[in-house]
Amino acid sequence: MSIRVNFTVNGSAESVDGVWEGESLLYVLRERMGLPGSKNACEQGECGSCTVYLDGIPVCACLVAAGQVEGRSVRTVEGLADGDRLDPVQEAFLECGAVQCGFCTPGLIVACHDLLARNPAPGDAEIREALAGNLCRCTGYEKILDAVRLAAARRAPRP
Amino acid sequence: MTTSKATTSANTFGGIGGNLPRPDGTLKVRGEFAYSSDLWLEDMLWGATLRSPHVRARILGIDLTEAIAMPGVHAVLTHDDVPGEKHYGLDRRDQPVLAVDQVRYQGEAVAIVAADHPETARRAAKAIKVSYEPLPPVVDPAWALDPASPPIHPGGNVVRRQPVRTGVFLDGPGAPPADVVVVGEYEVGMQDQAFLGPESGLAVPAEDGGVDLYIATQWLHVDRDQLAPCLGLPPELVRLTLAGVGGAFGAREDLSMQVHACMLALRTGRPVKIVYDRQESFFGHVHRHPARMRYEHGADADGRLVYVKAEILLDGGAYCSSSLAVVGNAASLGAGPYEVPNIHIDAYGVYTNNPPCGAMRGFGAVQACFGYESQMDRLAAACGLSPVEIRIRNAVSEGSRIATGQLVDTPAPLAEMLAELAAMPMPDLPAERPGPDLRDLPGGVSQTTRGEGVRHGVGYAVGLKNICYSEGFDDYSTARVRVELLGGKPHVLVHTAAAEVGQGLVTVLAQIARTELGVANVTVAPADTRVGSAGSSSASRQSYMTGGAVRAACAAVRDRLAAHGPAESLTEILALTGPIEETREYRHRPTFPMDPFTGQGDSHTQLALCVHRAVVAVDVELGLVKTVELAAVQDVGRILNPIALEGQIHGASAQGLGLALMEEIQMEGGRVLNPSFTDYLIPTILDMPPMRLSILEHPDPHAPYGLRGAGEPATLSSTPAIVAAVRNATGLELPRVPIRPEHIALT
Ligand code: FES
Ligand code: FES
Repeated sequence: MSIRVNFTVNGSAESVDGVWEGESLLYVLRERMGLPGSKNACEQGECGSCTVYLDGIPVCACLVAAGQVEGRSVRTVEGLADGDRLDPVQEAFLECGAVQCGFCTPGLIVACHDLLARNPAPGDAEIREALAGNLCRCTGYEKILDAVRLAAARRAPRP
Repeated sequence: MTTSKATTSANTFGGIGGNLPRPDGTLKVRGEFAYSSDLWLEDMLWGATLRSPHVRARILGIDLTEAIAMPGVHAVLTHDDVPGEKHYGLDRRDQPVLAVDQVRYQGEAVAIVAADHPETARRAAKAIKVSYEPLPPVVDPAWALDPASPPIHPGGNVVRRQPVRTGVFLDGPGAPPADVVVVGEYEVGMQDQAFLGPESGLAVPAEDGGVDLYIATQWLHVDRDQLAPCLGLPPELVRLTLAGVGGAFGAREDLSMQVHACMLALRTGRPVKIVYDRQESFFGHVHRHPARMRYEHGADADGRLVYVKAEILLDGGAYCSSSLAVVGNAASLGAGPYEVPNIHIDAYGVYTNNPPCGAMRGFGAVQACFGYESQMDRLAAACGLSPVEIRIRNAVSEGSRIATGQLVDTPAPLAEMLAELAAMPMPDLPAERPGPDLRDLPGGVSQTTRGEGVRHGVGYAVGLKNICYSEGFDDYSTARVRVELLGGKPHVLVHTAAAEVGQGLVTVLAQIARTELGVANVTVAPADTRVGSAGSSSASRQSYMTGGAVRAACAAVRDRLAAHGPAESLTEILALTGPIEETREYRHRPTFPMDPFTGQGDSHTQLALCVHRAVVAVDVELGLVKTVELAAVQDVGRILNPIALEGQIHGASAQGLGLALMEEIQMEGGRVLNPSFTDYLIPTILDMPPMRLSILEHPDPHAPYGLRGAGEPATLSSTPAIVAAVRNATGLELPRVPIRPEHIALT
């Protein structure tokens, strides 16, 4: 009872065979496609560690059935850097100490990437609202706020 | 918002004191860092565990037939298949690898399966038929204290009783006269470490009959010390390598899936990976001991403490884990960082049929801190003093003695820290701002209030934590340092078995090597058991211990280089000598057992202090709390990496907030009611307030660079500070954490 799923991941067209119907997008990315960057902290839609873009919208990959992505486009944390050049959000996370164990980091980086695309100069309250679905157990979120502020400042168009 | 009082060393080439970025940071932000749950081999199998649905039951029989017959299943194993010792454990080897003839808590592992797909493995585990005869459990820790309660292990249900007696209490329980006496009973719920990276690892059978295990843990060698006997293998055939660790906080001190994965790998001859899901994770590791405490404080009319009496009962659950040491901490630190002439403490740890409890950040000191700090506020009110003043009047300082009689022989600037904390600017109070932003109010955007019914409160608390292992434990760490020319340039390789769990140890060890050897190019090798033990990434000890070991190994390398005279450059010397490698063990000042009757003894090697101020807004009608700000002052002796250090204090404060306001494993008759992130809530970014820090550097002359372990102290003081603030806002007693809305709204 296995199926084949065709979809685009980080810009390249992929076809995955042997997928069980019950498998999530997260499982297929991690275990069948060698893309373990999206994390599996709860697999219940509660932690945001598995956040990926699906057709440009951030979703919890653990809640998306693999079959649902047929013909669609997925972008994961592995697809944010441009070769060796990190995305400004990734750079800011590094510089600000927003990464400790890093298990929340991939999901947070996708969520922040999306936030700054929608709102280039978010206030603290807006940052908190946008990241409320991403749990981090290590940092207490202070350095994550610092990182988003820094990334926003760097991306801001110069007057 | 951090200020540092003292100066840190100038950082010219990436040595200590600088904000060096994490060497694993780039991989982590790119999603390319390999956590234990990311490991993958071509022909690997997946393991799954069958766990007991019963709190306490006899096992009458196990039928594996159906599970074994399922296509894709490669092995189904029970206790009969454990090749060696059937039990393991940190303080006592009392926990079965797989239940033998009975189960002692809900979630105890009974059988394991390996299959070619994780879902197949899970279904096969479900297909195992176990017949149980349920037995009446002991779930009330107070009953477990009663010698008449049915013993859960031979020897009875009291795991450890540790008294502390000083002053008049050496002669008997009668308290000395005091002008003011306050009594309180307090309770701490069962907190979970809730690291995000689930328990996981990959076991690979080796041709020599041994096994290689890639594992997320806090202490590779103590895992091996328990694993090898259970597998019936000599230690050298059990090789462990640290895989990426997604947080720890104590929950990875005990074994979880280690023996199971190795058993399945050895049986099937294939690599076996086990990854717990979140629900299994709640059953797969120990939790923070819930506590019931009764405190009595006596003081003179000026608020100076005359005596402290305390009873602290810690529920250790079904197996011992590290309960012995947790009880020792609760007893020795149970009066807090105060000068108290007469102390009478009894701390108990008991077995029950609740989930096993063991290490969590703060380790026994957290529970006691909630008790004694709640008492200090009561005392302040009774004496007509402010919370800050009562603490300053009783504060320890260098030269004081703590409850164990141990002399505080290094700086302990508690009064100064409190004064600094009290002088910090106060935040704006959200409900007093004109047109308040709803997001700053309790209930947030669910718009439960626009400011009406909201009261503000301020609370203070201090905490006292031991650093490193205590009570005579032979606590050491090992480091191997190798200097050589790579591409014509000096390069240093630092190799230890110390677990990087997120705290930034790999960054700090490289900084130490740069400072000691003056070489910019430093690599920290993956941690594994090919080098000696580093001890645990626990007890805030790794910068101290493995940092000390790296420093010592570097000094040994320097001595060998010095033999070649000062004239030659390092490059010239290395060109002549080839690689120079030295390995050193580092030990802290020895500690001693606590006297079994009086608790006296120099049981700790280092003590650390943190103080917190919390400001809260409380919707008293709905019982919702919004923490407006947390401010902290912590003395760390010496700052090695400011950003990493601040991250530790922030994270510790957040876990303290969680315990104050939301985190509890809820139990009913020994059953866990909320094993998911849907029902066990940890603080989100909306729950956390801005945090204001001040970090002091009063060096400890006994510790490397004068540093003081920093990972835990803030976990202690943030909980009682927040509770004190909520009490201040509401006037309620709030004797229990976590505070639930109904504790505030329905009174
Ligand atoms: S793993 Fe998907 S939300 Fe937690
Ligand atoms: S850095 Fe560990 S969970 Fe966020």
